[in-house]
Amino acid sequence: MNAHALLTRLRGQIPLLVTAVLLVSMFSVGSVQYEGFFSGQVVLNLLIDNAFLLVVAVGMTFVVLTGGIDLSVGAVVALSTMVSAWLVEQHGWPPLLVIPLVLLMGTAGGWLMGWIIHVFEIQPFIVTLAGMFLARGLCYTISVESISITDPQYTAMAQTRIPLGSLFVSPSALIALLVVAVAFVVLHYTRLGRNVYALGGSEQSALLMGLPVQRTKTTVYAISGFCSALGGVLLTFYMLSGYGLHAVGLELDAIAAVVIGGTLLTGGSGYLLGTLLGVLVLGLIQTVISFQGTLSSWWTRIVIGALLFVFIVLQRLITARRR
Amino acid sequence: MSTATATSPVRAVTRSRLFWPAVVLVVLLLANLAFTPDFFALHLRGGHLYGSLIDILHFGAPLILVSLGMTLVIATGGIDLSVGSTVAISGALACLHISESTDPGSLATVLTALGIALGTALVLGAVNGLLVAKAGVQPIIATLILMVAGRGVAQLITDGQIITVTSDPYKMIGGGYWLTMPFAILLSALVVLATVLLTRSTALGLLLESVGGNPVASRLVGIRAMRLVALVYVFSALCAALAGLMVSSNVSAADGNNAGLWIELDAILAVVLGGTSLNGGRFSIGGTVLGALIIQTLSTTVYTIGIPPETTLVFKAFVVIVVCLIQSPVFRAKFAARGARTRRTTRSHTAAPTNREVGA
Amino acid sequence: MRQQPVLEVRGIRKEFPGVVALDGVDFRLFPGEVHALMGENGAGKSTLIKVLTGVYQSDGGEVVLAGERVRIAGPLQAQQAGISTVYQEVNLCPNLSVAENIFIGREPRRFGLVDWAAMRRRAAELVRELDLDVDVSAPLNSYSIAVQQLVAIVRAVDVSAKVLILDEPTSSLDRDEVRQLFAVMRRLRDQGVAILFVSHFLDQIYEICDRMTVLRNGRLEGEYLTSELNQVELVSRMIGAELAGLHQLGGGKRRERTAPTGKAFLQADRLTRRGAVEPYDLDIRPGEVIGLAGLLGSGRTEAARLLFGADQSDGGTLRIEGAVTALRSPRDAIAHGIAFCSENRKTEGLVGELTVRENIVLALQASRGWMRPLPRAAQDAYALRWIRALDIRPNNPEALVRNLSGGNQQKVLLARWLITDPKLLILDEPTRGIDVGAKAEIQKLVANLAEDGMAVLFISAELEEVLRLSHRIGVLRDHRMVAQLDNDGELTPERVMATIASGADQ
Repeated sequence: MNAHALLTRLRGQIPLLVTAVLLVSMFSVGSVQYEGFFSGQVVLNLLIDNAFLLVVAVGMTFVVLTGGIDLSVGAVVALSTMVSAWLVEQHGWPPLLVIPLVLLMGTAGGWLMGWIIHVFEIQPFIVTLAGMFLARGLCYTISVESISITDPQYTAMAQTRIPLGSLFVSPSALIALLVVAVAFVVLHYTRLGRNVYALGGSEQSALLMGLPVQRTKTTVYAISGFCSALGGVLLTFYMLSGYGLHAVGLELDAIAAVVIGGTLLTGGSGYLLGTLLGVLVLGLIQTVISFQGTLSSWWTRIVIGALLFVFIVLQRLITARRR
Repeated sequence: MSTATATSPVRAVTRSRLFWPAVVLVVLLLANLAFTPDFFALHLRGGHLYGSLIDILHFGAPLILVSLGMTLVIATGGIDLSVGSTVAISGALACLHISESTDPGSLATVLTALGIALGTALVLGAVNGLLVAKAGVQPIIATLILMVAGRGVAQLITDGQIITVTSDPYKMIGGGYWLTMPFAILLSALVVLATVLLTRSTALGLLLESVGGNPVASRLVGIRAMRLVALVYVFSALCAALAGLMVSSNVSAADGNNAGLWIELDAILAVVLGGTSLNGGRFSIGGTVLGALIIQTLSTTVYTIGIPPETTLVFKAFVVIVVCLIQSPVFRAKFAARGARTRRTTRSHTAAPTNREVGA
Repeated sequence: MRQQPVLEVRGIRKEFPGVVALDGVDFRLFPGEVHALMGENGAGKSTLIKVLTGVYQSDGGEVVLAGERVRIAGPLQAQQAGISTVYQEVNLCPNLSVAENIFIGREPRRFGLVDWAAMRRRAAELVRELDLDVDVSAPLNSYSIAVQQLVAIVRAVDVSAKVLILDEPTSSLDRDEVRQLFAVMRRLRDQGVAILFVSHFLDQIYEICDRMTVLRNGRLEGEYLTSELNQVELVSRMIGAELAGLHQLGGGKRRERTAPTGKAFLQADRLTRRGAVEPYDLDIRPGEVIGLAGLLGSGRTEAARLLFGADQSDGGTLRIEGAVTALRSPRDAIAHGIAFCSENRKTEGLVGELTVRENIVLALQASRGWMRPLPRAAQDAYALRWIRALDIRPNNPEALVRNLSGGNQQKVLLARWLITDPKLLILDEPTRGIDVGAKAEIQKLVANLAEDGMAVLFISAELEEVLRLSHRIGVLRDHRMVAQLDNDGELTPERVMATIASGADQ
């Protein structure tokens, strides 16, 4: 077989491999260093605590794969918590109506941003920046204060633990894993998913090959909007409140997870499972820091920043050599 | 800026660049009059000027500084998301040094603190600049790194606390008065003036606009674009650091978590409002200053009217979209086409007027 | 007689503001032939292709495909109608696998999901049919441009096998790769595919094509069997200089033909860049005008760019004023007194949103560095002086350069370099697309500059002006400098044309 082709294919996997190695070594070091670290529950807690981030990062993966970026995700998460809390608590709407409504809202918002980005050829970051302003602002028009939720269905979702042998997970974690699975199938086994990759490879080519560029682009932002709204719903389960200051900076975590998961920020290359690994790495950093006890929470940001730096430089080296 | 031999069409162009931002600002100011009848009143009390206009300038000073750096970055076709973090870091470093020194009130201590803060900003800006210019990383991504890590670094410096300092010379920067005016206003005016001089009475402005306007052609005329681009990120970081000093000095405290939060977004907004295109090229420092003042006036207005101040975000969202749409060639083309069609159907004109550029 | 044409274009017309790009062009393409579309810059070649592929809509005439009148509204419709195109820049997605590139948008599916196994299997079959050794599951960018182009052809043929348009597919391929491509083309031709082939390489045209259509200035010049039109005739039909007209130019030719002697300012010795231009020698003396002649895509621009450091050479040596010099960037070249007016005024020359004055002083300012600004008075003086000298209109130094006409933009570019007082001025197609008056002025200016001792490298597709201005003419063909002809008064356009056509001075 063509050795050069094999090499090229391997090179694309380097960031993913690095992330996997990082994850395993972080977990091993943690297990050796701290008592009670080496347990299945620690791993499951990663999923429980980061379910909403995982869902949001999945949406972000779609956007980044097309070569775009979505800065509005954190704000849309916050708006979703706010709208949920407001409708359920202050208007007494049933959660089964509120949740679909919130999801629809997020999807529509994302679709609109995608439409503006494509039709008017405005840079994604500025459009989604406006979306971020809008969503955060709308939170405060509902309430400047946090609204806590006492609805029994929400509290049930927050407290339910599904046993797995001696361990347990939350419903949110399962929902997040389900989202990952569905997104994986969509990305790898549907035309939409393949068009996402094609768009990230070369929009010009995609157009000349007759692919539905506009539809793909708007769909991708709609997916990100949907995932953000769903992330918001999961965060509502987790926090049992709606607040305009929820999920501040979440867009950065989501982007970091996607990049650390090996997806190229220029688009066209990356894996959904990489994003799962990326989220786990971020979660593990937090876990290690909390186990350490003496390290303060801000180390999380610094370490994430450092990882981001390493991975972005790594991406540069890989793409530069491809030329 | 002032062009000596400018002929009338040129003057029309320069005017139209600043015209709309100026109109918006004036309208906003006048709107305040409806709620606060003595909005324009200035009082001299204890040798210090007071009044709403002074407040706007005073509280807007840090934003003006940050926007100033952002203007040059955007002129080269880049963006700097890390300024907010730089604001936090510089304030934290300065306050830490002063609070740990044995003589916080001495000028020497304060000067050393400033040196540390600005020196660090220099390094941070250089890292951004190298990533963008040398490594060829997209600006939004290169500066995202510092945006993420910077907040953590600032909190690390302050150890998660709010460091309060009592130092008269330091208080001067953001909270002091000089010649009846808040010193912050004078300082930012000085920096704006220096930047105008730096860009317009050297060739820097021209070369930056050339690099942002057509990078390929700029290489072929022998402009060392790499250096220039790296330089503007350093400049942007320095401006942000100065703003950070101002913010922390005004409240005599450094808050690693909240200082300069969202200021990068406001700065981008100010630049765009001021008529500098996000695609790079022509920039207008005067426009940026107006843009920053518009944002500050808006905050003040919302505050005095009694709407929750956070809702200004909704307004900002619409402004961003409208301004970007106006700058979008596609939107203009569609708009112009529609205009032409209406004109044809109404047949109100004898000759179809040529499409004029929408002022941006 | 031959069968029905698979594609027939009748009286096609396409206008752009101020230009008629295609003026009643007829064109026929038969199944099972390789047909060359020939023409120089502005002949309408690319416009015709864009009309056929639906990128442009024609303003008149009709397209008949397999006996039916069709309207081609876009690239997708063209593909559906049976016209596929492979461009010089491979328009595939380099990040996807070969198989996906062949099938994307029409992947085989099972239960609504992409059936990867079937896709790979079918891709492998298609690739095998054309005798290609390609692993279809490898990403496209692990293969050379040549293979990528072949993959694009596989896709194009599988999507719609009636008409295949190959737009300059060979320009970056080496000899073996071209051979491989031609093998595939012959195979497809024998299967009955009609292939429209565009290439700047005359030898390739004569090797592979059965017939050719020549366009000139947006009109049909003629349709010929390759076997019935020799290369010299082809070149003269493409360049189409009315030979009679050229002879009358005697009075306009340079008065003194004696080329300046003395030390060369610049000497290129076996200078080369892979894929751009083969090793060439060139000496340019002060006061000398060297013309570069050749068809579009023959390597004229590529040769010149090496002398300006715009591209780096990867072989040979360059001497400037006797000293071996490596030009790593345009900045280096400018420091040595070399100036270069690119043929792409908009993308590589001017900064559209800056004023005429700013564009004029840009190169001089760049060489001074930002700390030593030209005083405003000096800028105005330069701008006004050259606006007057070159009659730039509007005569307002503060007008935005993007609002100027092509001729005036060209003059601004010239002014930009002339104020740097260069020792060698490289002009790449300085008179293309500008009106006759401006053209004459620029030619006169070049002659005067040379008389004042400036060395000039003058690149133009128009033989007439090259002959009129140059002391010596370097002839390029297929990225090779095939001859240098002294313009001693005896040199005729026919001889230059014959050199271009045959690749040697006869």
